[in-house]
Amino acid sequence: MKRWLAAMLLGLSLAGVAQAAIDTYQFANEAERVRFRTLTQELRCPKCQNQDIADSNAPIAADLRREIFRMLGEGKSDPQIIEFMVDRYGDFVRYKPALSSRTALLWFGPAALLLGGVVMILLIVRRRRLAGANTPQDLSEAERARLAQLLDKEHP
Amino acid sequence: MKRWMLAIPLLLFLGTAVFLYRGLYLDPSELPSAMIGKPFPEFSLPTVQANRTLSRADLLGKPALVNVWGTWCVACRVEHPVLNKLAQQGVLIYGINYKDEDAAAEKWLTEFHNPYTLNIADAQGTLGLNLGVYGAPETFLIDAKGVIRYKHVGVIDDVVWREQLAHLYQGLVDEAKP
Repeated sequence: MKRWLAAMLLGLSLAGVAQAAIDTYQFANEAERVRFRTLTQELRCPKCQNQDIADSNAPIAADLRREIFRMLGEGKSDPQIIEFMVDRYGDFVRYKPALSSRTALLWFGPAALLLGGVVMILLIVRRRRLAGANTPQDLSEAERARLAQLLDKEHP
Repeated sequence: MKRWMLAIPLLLFLGTAVFLYRGLYLDPSELPSAMIGKPFPEFSLPTVQANRTLSRADLLGKPALVNVWGTWCVACRVEHPVLNKLAQQGVLIYGINYKDEDAAAEKWLTEFHNPYTLNIADAQGTLGLNLGVYGAPETFLIDAKGVIRYKHVGVIDDVVWREQLAHLYQGLVDEAKP
């Protein structure tokens, strides 16, 4: 119960943080509004580098939001809009970088590391199992006596 | 366990250490400009004095510095005396008055001296957007054909000029000679 309460309090405190900068844009339809939101969340603010442009209050982010809104109104497609941004600010502005030879490590690196880890664990487990199968299960008479003595010492 | 496998953790550590050490000396606020090697964008904007309209063609013919500035930009004030000195030495400097008011800009230019041969008034920031500007001051180096060859983000001081920009500019001047 206490744990639930703590979790709820934590959740509530986070709700205040998850806010975006407020602009007033009139969208033609709901789909366009959703596209605007996705695009502004996928593009990174060049000035305040760890925020997306939906989240940032920097003047440049406001300019870029306005520009995206204008391009949406002109009927440009999402790839066209992203290309517009990349042409000016470089690949850096994309939170989801395009898949190319330069970004392949970025895309597949984590999966490769995970796979490597799994392979390692499997190898170790297999080796332990083989090693375990080879050790004699039964103790000799002398070992038994020693064991009994040790246990007795621990628990007199 | 083979003997060489014992070296794996050490190698991983050394690899990480090299990357992290490099990271200590990288400036994350400096973005590689996507504009280098591309032609200076087309535009049609008035001068700060609002006496004529400028376009891309006005910037062609000679290599120049294109300096993005604003009266709201504190660092630009630090940079301004250096630009004045460069202009006196004969360096061609064009200005882009970025998201500023003409009156404030004119006051600034009369007060602090005007190093700019031409001064484009980009009140809406449209040219700045096309140039990929994300803060002032930024300075572009363009060649005689109007291709962007270099971009410096931040204040140009004596050291930056001497060590980074001077020889690039001189190179472009030499290139433009027949």
